[in-house]
Amino acid sequence: MKSSPRLWAGFAIPGTAWLLILFAIPFYAVACVAFGTIDPIFRDAVPQWNPIAWDFTQAQQVFTSLTTGPLRNVAVRTIAYVICAMTLCFIIGFPIAYFLARHAGKRKLLLLVLIIVPFWVNYLMRMLAWVNLLSNDGLFTRFMRIFGVNYNWLDGSPITVVLGLVYGYIPFLILPLYATLERLDWRLIDAARDLGANSRQAFRLVTVPMSKAGLVAAGILIALPMFGDYYTNDLLSRSPSTEMIGNQIDFFLNASTQPQNGALLVIALSMFLLLLMSFYLRSTRQQSRETTR
Amino acid sequence: MGAITKRKKNLALVYIVWGYIIWSLVPVVIAVIYSFNNGRSRTVWQGFSLRWWFTDPYASVFRNPETRNAITNSLVLAVATLFVVTPLGITLAIGSQRLRGRGGKVVQGLTSTPLITPEIVIGAALLITFTRLFTAVPLGFAAQLLGNVTFSLASVVVIVRARLVSIGPSFEEAARDLGASRWQALRFVLLPMLWPSIMASLVVVFATVIDDFVITSFLSAGVGSETVPLRIYSSVKGGATPALNALATLLVLTSFTVLIIGLFGLSTWRKRHGERGGLRAALADVTQLDS
Repeated sequence: MKSSPRLWAGFAIPGTAWLLILFAIPFYAVACVAFGTIDPIFRDAVPQWNPIAWDFTQAQQVFTSLTTGPLRNVAVRTIAYVICAMTLCFIIGFPIAYFLARHAGKRKLLLLVLIIVPFWVNYLMRMLAWVNLLSNDGLFTRFMRIFGVNYNWLDGSPITVVLGLVYGYIPFLILPLYATLERLDWRLIDAARDLGANSRQAFRLVTVPMSKAGLVAAGILIALPMFGDYYTNDLLSRSPSTEMIGNQIDFFLNASTQPQNGALLVIALSMFLLLLMSFYLRSTRQQSRETTR
Repeated sequence: MGAITKRKKNLALVYIVWGYIIWSLVPVVIAVIYSFNNGRSRTVWQGFSLRWWFTDPYASVFRNPETRNAITNSLVLAVATLFVVTPLGITLAIGSQRLRGRGGKVVQGLTSTPLITPEIVIGAALLITFTRLFTAVPLGFAAQLLGNVTFSLASVVVIVRARLVSIGPSFEEAARDLGASRWQALRFVLLPMLWPSIMASLVVVFATVIDDFVITSFLSAGVGSETVPLRIYSSVKGGATPALNALATLLVLTSFTVLIIGLFGLSTWRKRHGERGGLRAALADVTQLDS
């Protein structure tokens, strides 16, 4: 196979060129708008295609706004919501993945199919389902009134947004978690038990360390899209009091006359996520090294 | 720990699993049921009818002109994406798996990044690109097609590459030893063996594109390029009738039909070619779970 690198390069060229033109260059275009100038008459962003002439004054303003100014709340809220949603996803998702991998027995295929189903149900449909249930005369709202809970779920409630994120992204966590746990060599855990560890110790000292890389990878895999989410928020709350960074990007690029701010926020978000991605790549690499060992 | 407490502990897990399954599916089932509501409400049941599906001359899913337009747009976009992304993805998978050295590494990095980049970043970047740099590409269908191909290319590459790894080089080498040219070995030995992964990527890409909201929305140009998810999104925000539920149900039905056809095709193929078959293996093809 090694004998014809030119042929394989030929195979790789069309797809690589596509990604360079429509994935790599667009990031450059975002930077050119972000570090460009603003037309004094039309107030529109004027991209600066020459990186040497990039102007960082607006970038500084947005950065100040994100760290100390009005956008700070949005940034903090985004991180807080994602952390809450992630924690809940793990609390709910881990036992499910664990059960599927370890104890499902004969029912495994059935359970697996039922857990994969939400994967294939459109995200908007799943949100729409909750909008119906949570609206003022919705089934869930009426059900909760029986217990005296009279809560306005769809009016800027952070609880609804976080639970919406959990509901939306948890299927994408359970499957990779299951795949990780499925691959574990359970004989080692049995060995730990035989050597005197109780089940909690075996879990803490053997199961968790062995699956750590997979857990981190799965967590980051859902953290990335959550950080960029704006539609969950938009559908379940629509209130400025629960806005996340994605909502601001959507607003600046699609509804305002300040695309430059949108471009700057895209860059800020990408830089932040780049950190997470490098963690992800490192842990998947570690994981594949562990499984091939 | 005695056998009884162990069973009790497992029982708690069983409850969590079934509780989760109910929580994840029942709201959707209720939304589907309400698409058959006889009233205008999406929350109060007023008897069964098919008015939001067929009978209402203006508002029903199959008769409202804007909804029909969105359905057509969605299908055209999904099929067009398949035509572009499949050959592009297969060749890129083969090339990137076999390229060695630094070039191979760069290509592999480039192909795996879009998969973990949030859609809003890709959508925003492409919006800026098509409005300010490649202005020859108009927003609407053309931009949506390019965006969806870019976004789904990585999943084709991942699926096909996994299959390439499991096939290994020996079949092609055998064909070469028996006198086949490199091209013949690719065309008559490798390509037929790649078929399950090609089928799986067709299914996955179709479902991705037909469900896609973010990229398609960033790159849309008004009503003319509105797809079903975009229409659902804008109607959830307004006061909508159960026709909205019906449209969302239709979307779910479409992706499930494609999934079931794909799973059926995959398990038949596997059976015919003497590979370990069954639903389980077919599911693994589609979900990329190697169980």
